[in-house]
Amino acid sequence: MKRVIKAAALAVTGALALTACSSAGGSDSADTIGIYGFAVPQAANEAIADEFNKTDEGKGVKFSGSYGASGEQSRKVADTKGKDVDYVHFSLEGDVTRLVDAGLVDEDWNAGPNKGIVSSSVAVIAVEKGNPLGIKGWEDLTRDDVDVITADPASSGAARWNIMALYTHALSLGQTEAQADEYLKKVFSNVTTWAASGREATEAFKKGVGNVLITYENEAILAKQKGEELDYILPDTTFLIENPGAVLKDADPVATDWLNFVLSDAGQTEFVKKGFRPVGGLDISAIEVDGANDPAAPFPAPSKKLYTIDELGGWKAVTKEWFGKDGEKLRFDNLYAEATKQ
Amino acid sequence: MTEVLVKPAGPARTSSRPSGLFRLTPASGIGLGIALVWFSVLVLLPLAAVVGAAAAGGWGAFWNTLTDAQTFAALRLTVIEAGLVTVVNGILGTVVAWVLVRDQFFGKRILDVVIDIPFALPTIVAGLVLLSLYGPESPVGINIVNTRQGIFLALLFVTLPFVVRTVQPVLIELDADVEEAAASLGASRFTTFRRIILPSLVPAITAGSSLGFARAISEFGSLVLISGNTPYQTEVASLKILKFIEGDNQAGAAAVAVLLLLVAIVTIVILDVVSRRVARRG
Amino acid sequence: MADTSTIRNRKGPVTYVMRFGVIGYLAILVVWPLYEVTARTFAPLERGAEGGFGAFLERLQDPSVTYAFQLTATCAFWAVLINTVFGVGISLLLVRYQFPGRRILSVLVDLPMSVSPVVVGLALVLAYSSGQGWFGEALESAGIFIIGTTPGLIMATAFVSLPLVVREIVPVLEEIGIDAELAASSLGANGWQTFRRITLPSIKWAVVYGVVLSMARSLGEFGAVKIVSPGAEFRGETATILIQNRYTNYEEPTAYAAAFVLVLASVLALVVVSLIRKPEDHK
Repeated sequence: MKRVIKAAALAVTGALALTACSSAGGSDSADTIGIYGFAVPQAANEAIADEFNKTDEGKGVKFSGSYGASGEQSRKVADTKGKDVDYVHFSLEGDVTRLVDAGLVDEDWNAGPNKGIVSSSVAVIAVEKGNPLGIKGWEDLTRDDVDVITADPASSGAARWNIMALYTHALSLGQTEAQADEYLKKVFSNVTTWAASGREATEAFKKGVGNVLITYENEAILAKQKGEELDYILPDTTFLIENPGAVLKDADPVATDWLNFVLSDAGQTEFVKKGFRPVGGLDISAIEVDGANDPAAPFPAPSKKLYTIDELGGWKAVTKEWFGKDGEKLRFDNLYAEATKQ
Repeated sequence: MTEVLVKPAGPARTSSRPSGLFRLTPASGIGLGIALVWFSVLVLLPLAAVVGAAAAGGWGAFWNTLTDAQTFAALRLTVIEAGLVTVVNGILGTVVAWVLVRDQFFGKRILDVVIDIPFALPTIVAGLVLLSLYGPESPVGINIVNTRQGIFLALLFVTLPFVVRTVQPVLIELDADVEEAAASLGASRFTTFRRIILPSLVPAITAGSSLGFARAISEFGSLVLISGNTPYQTEVASLKILKFIEGDNQAGAAAVAVLLLLVAIVTIVILDVVSRRVARRG
Repeated sequence: MADTSTIRNRKGPVTYVMRFGVIGYLAILVVWPLYEVTARTFAPLERGAEGGFGAFLERLQDPSVTYAFQLTATCAFWAVLINTVFGVGISLLLVRYQFPGRRILSVLVDLPMSVSPVVVGLALVLAYSSGQGWFGEALESAGIFIIGTTPGLIMATAFVSLPLVVREIVPVLEEIGIDAELAASSLGANGWQTFRRITLPSIKWAVVYGVVLSMARSLGEFGAVKIVSPGAEFRGETATILIQNRYTNYEEPTAYAAAFVLVLASVLALVVVSLIRKPEDHK
């Protein structure tokens, strides 16, 4: 009797394992596009994938997406030498550059008219529904009653965009570098959570560990689409966020079709519907964006100024000045250490 | 009659007085070789790689990482929380074991199974389980997310079985005669407990506590959803390692990892010594 | 035995205070939270999410969820298989044979249980990843990829559950001694016959018990696999990673459904263990 039970149990587990093996093997078939992305564009990429499947090039193509903190995702692709990865969509240029350095992405990945950028957004301030604290702009983040949540620049691209938005706000007021540092330190000392990724920051906000969240505009819109109780504010100055996408060197050829589709009007329309600002000259007047402050005119320009990374000399220069690697302490790291010191 | 799911490390050891040992035959020699190769590939080499990565930057870099104010705060918080949890477990775990062994009431067997659940439950699920009652949508209005209390609760949850399961068998084996004798000589129940029972439980409590301490120090999964990673406030060592890994600072991650490894080894050695001493005495 | 101890059976107020204290403590710490998870599995709080058993099943039938559970089952199966073979072998060697380094090995075998899962993941990455591992380059040139593939997940799973089988077998082996084995071999049985006829039957239950424990532990491994896995749908997303991904991606009902399955599995393992323990103890 016991023997029968044991044999049966063994057979069942064995069968389970076998089916799993075959299905695991099956998913690696030629027409699966492996996507590695930063934390927040999952919903948009999935929507674009559905549309892509309706085209001739994309018929029957399957997708396998991994999403998380941009820096971490980039490291994982480099660590596995791009095995089973066809397309990457990161928050920061530097995360793609790492793959160029590792020989996984062509050097001319950003030579096209879009300069390698596939999606864009701006930095916004998300607050509790109805804005009980009356937050109007970046200046309010230094207030004592404000608990800020942001992603951590160590791993997250979102966080670096956020820091640049704060920094350029200080510049827009005509502050000196030293004053800007003071301002940043004051904001940092109000931060309760440095989340690993933009998405985890949203998650922390949902859990109520702070009352103000610095995030991508599209992430705030998506959260509202999902029924989260929050509002967002577009400050009078903000920062243009541009997320690069690239196809790996030895990717399946269909991945290039996919990238072209992402950049096409049809692809960008799906991005817009999920709250991203369009890349290229897509006419969005006919698109209603659910969850935006004004669904009919979802993407107003900030009233004072929209800064771009080019004005600061590009990411290479900014990273070199601000964000240290391997424990090296640069401008941000020092401000952060001072602000959080107890 | 009790299910001892969580064993002190002791019983896995071979006793120091072997009952009789064969010399290695060629066949068993090959077996030993294969086992050692696999063990090295799976455990020893990777752990050596961690030590190597930590040492790559030299002693100075290693020291700097660990004494960095934020990392140090994370380590301190980890040790303090784990220590508190260990103390609570040492007391409450003994009480739970006592009730399970000495008391008789309806539903005791269910309690016996309940004790093991935290050990069998996947850690991420444990985090989710605690969040559903003590999280943002808590029906009782308690939100432990990103608080030290939350970390404390999570650690208490995952280390619950350790002391209980090591003390329980000892309590069962305890000779009733000595207690009777003490009572007949006029000792109060408390005195009996303090003078007679507690001393014989101490090795088991120590063993269970150190296992729980090692587990608490290294706990990760259940804290992922609960701790908010606020530097100086709720950031613990394992999450700090994750942050280092995510921030592409392998040397930093390895440095903290080596420290945790050291704690693990020290704990195991202490357990080994304790269990051997007990074995000798018994 | 309990009949002889009158002292032990005396019940005072302290007994009741402790009894209800313990029940209350366990209720607040374990039972109530578990109840709450069950409640949310079948009656999600998420806006617009359907409740009930049908919706629960539907969430589990999503292809990416089935894939995650299959992957978890595969990893657990291989990890347990490897651990069982290794565990039986190393236990026999540790208890029955004399060789240099035996004592150190017996201490080291316990190490994996006390290593933080994150450290386990980090260790495997630092040793075997193609990008930065010690042996990454060599393995890559041989066409072997460990990090980010199923073998890597199996290794991570095997690492964390390694000592469970050993811990069960060693005490039993020590207790039964070697007399029967010596007798068998003096009667002309070879090593394999001795093992199969004498040793194996006596450690049978310890092995089964160790297997069930390893199984429970393997199904639920999270930290180590999170580091080595690509974590993508249909590629390396195990059940536990799926729970975290879904929980942080506005799909709480699915996360709860998957979590509930794992809760069931671990409770089942506990019940199996207690059923196994019983016949063994009555012997």
